[in-house]
Amino acid sequence: MNGRLALVFAVALVALAALAFAPFYLGRYQIGLLIGLTGYVTLASAWALFSGPTRYVSLATVAFFGIGAYTVAALNEVLPYPLVLAAAAAIGLAVALVVGLSTLRLAGVYFVIFTFGLAELVRQLVTWYEVNVTGTLGRYIFMSFGPEQIYWQLLALMTITLLISWWIGRNRLGLALKVIGDDEVVATHCGIDIARTKLALFALSAVIITLVGAIQAPRWTYVEPGIVFNPTLSFLTLIMALLGGANRLWGPALGAVPLFLLFEWLSARFPDHYSIILGLLFILIVFVLPGGVAAFAERTFGQRKPDPQTYGAESALSRDTADARR
Amino acid sequence: MLTTAIIAGLVLGGTYALVAMGLTLQYGIARIMNLAYGETMIAAAFAAFVLKNALGLNPMAGLLLVVPAGFAFGYAIYGVMMRPLVARAGDRSALEIDSILATFGLLFVIQGVLLVLFGSNYMSYSYLNIPVSILGANIAANRLLALGLALTIGLTLYGLLRYTRWGTAIRAVAVAPQSAVLVGIDVNRAARFAFALGGALAAAGGVVISMYQTFTATSGVTFTMKALIVVIMGGVGNLLGALSAGLILGMVETFVATYLEPGLTLAATYAIFLALLLWRPQGLFGKATR
Repeated sequence: MNGRLALVFAVALVALAALAFAPFYLGRYQIGLLIGLTGYVTLASAWALFSGPTRYVSLATVAFFGIGAYTVAALNEVLPYPLVLAAAAAIGLAVALVVGLSTLRLAGVYFVIFTFGLAELVRQLVTWYEVNVTGTLGRYIFMSFGPEQIYWQLLALMTITLLISWWIGRNRLGLALKVIGDDEVVATHCGIDIARTKLALFALSAVIITLVGAIQAPRWTYVEPGIVFNPTLSFLTLIMALLGGANRLWGPALGAVPLFLLFEWLSARFPDHYSIILGLLFILIVFVLPGGVAAFAERTFGQRKPDPQTYGAESALSRDTADARR
Repeated sequence: MLTTAIIAGLVLGGTYALVAMGLTLQYGIARIMNLAYGETMIAAAFAAFVLKNALGLNPMAGLLLVVPAGFAFGYAIYGVMMRPLVARAGDRSALEIDSILATFGLLFVIQGVLLVLFGSNYMSYSYLNIPVSILGANIAANRLLALGLALTIGLTLYGLLRYTRWGTAIRAVAVAPQSAVLVGIDVNRAARFAFALGGALAAAGGVVISMYQTFTATSGVTFTMKALIVVIMGGVGNLLGALSAGLILGMVETFVATYLEPGLTLAATYAIFLALLLWRPQGLFGKATR
């Protein structure tokens, strides 16, 4: 097992090196694609970090993404770049703590509802502030570095996210999360502090998402609330993580890569019917692949026993019993 | 000024109450958390708009067409999309997650269809736009009609659920779905009916909204959000709770818009929601058990 782990790490390292050197051989368009890909892999992995094991569906991805992007837009001429990123992360953390502290003690549905409207709330607040206090809506971002640097930053963030996800999967926190996702009553009896565990993970995931927004912001040059708080982003992240499988380390990445390329193609080919196709695709995934591709592959090829964590395993079970009854 | 604000608040609140009643039926009885609820409303608003502009049909007559259509839509959606999810869900939280995800997809489908058909512009039509004087304040007749409709539909529904045998069966499902089966209630049929009724109420709410407000293809999300907050405020499955909570929310929003700043209405809504979550998550009128 240890040898296998070393092998996986070696392969991952080679792949990372190849990805890091890719910009030297690629044109501007391909680098843009790579930025989008890395960004979505990071977003989907960060989303799954919290929502996968706890099964709390967060619809607030774009709220944090937008907070990151807008912080950069607001502060890029005032502070040096590393401080701007730190400020974005701090704001994202503060918002995540407010949301988490008020909703995570309660049943999951309150959290979903709160996150559902959060992006719209933040967008309206930022718009109101800009119109009434600063008097300008929309800001410019001028950075001294090109798309390659954005790509490398995102690549680093993606690596860190995957490492965190891997590390959490095999320590006490990850185990605690799995118990919470399965049965909160059991978790309480095991002496797990449910609210604190959930809050910590939600905050971590939110900070990563905020940083993705902050790092990607210079790509736009011109930023206004309507652009950075686009709800489609929350939707895309969710569908990617679910397609791949939110409970596997590589699941979100597995969903993000093909779907991102598909979306690129769709938005170029069918700009008007884009969201209809997306919605139908998403419903299809919920019905056909409730546990994601990763869990499906494991079930089909039988490498590992199906694990009861996945969204779908339970339902498969109940379907089996229903069949047996007939 | 004050009278105008109070009446405008009641009108808005009445509409919210009407809309939230549908959602509380869908969530409280059918156990489906429907995130595409606001989109159903907006679709109904567009239907009223088309009937008015293309066929010259007045919205009151439109209501008679659109509400049954909303019922049929809800009935079909439950049969095609929700029933399989209910069948495969092991417990309540699994169904909640599945229904949230499926209706989130549905939200984008309906919104996409509306965008293709009507574009992203703000729409409105003029109906009964004549001032009526009440207690010295001038109110458009269409707003008064909207309030009257909301109260009539809402109270009729409450009466039906409270005082008929059929309504009692539906409420039994809301309180104890497992035990309802024991006394001979077809839970599946009741759930499907409640979901369809929710669709009819969403359609009614959409038509009522279109009588006095502008709307766009993408404004469904805010309506869903507000309806959800009203549902939680009133206590899940509680119709009178939804009615009072809707009126409160409408008043608060109108007062914030009139005396503070129109751009902060959603923030006010959220402040109420936050306070509620910290203080009484079971709702103002709900019991401690969920």
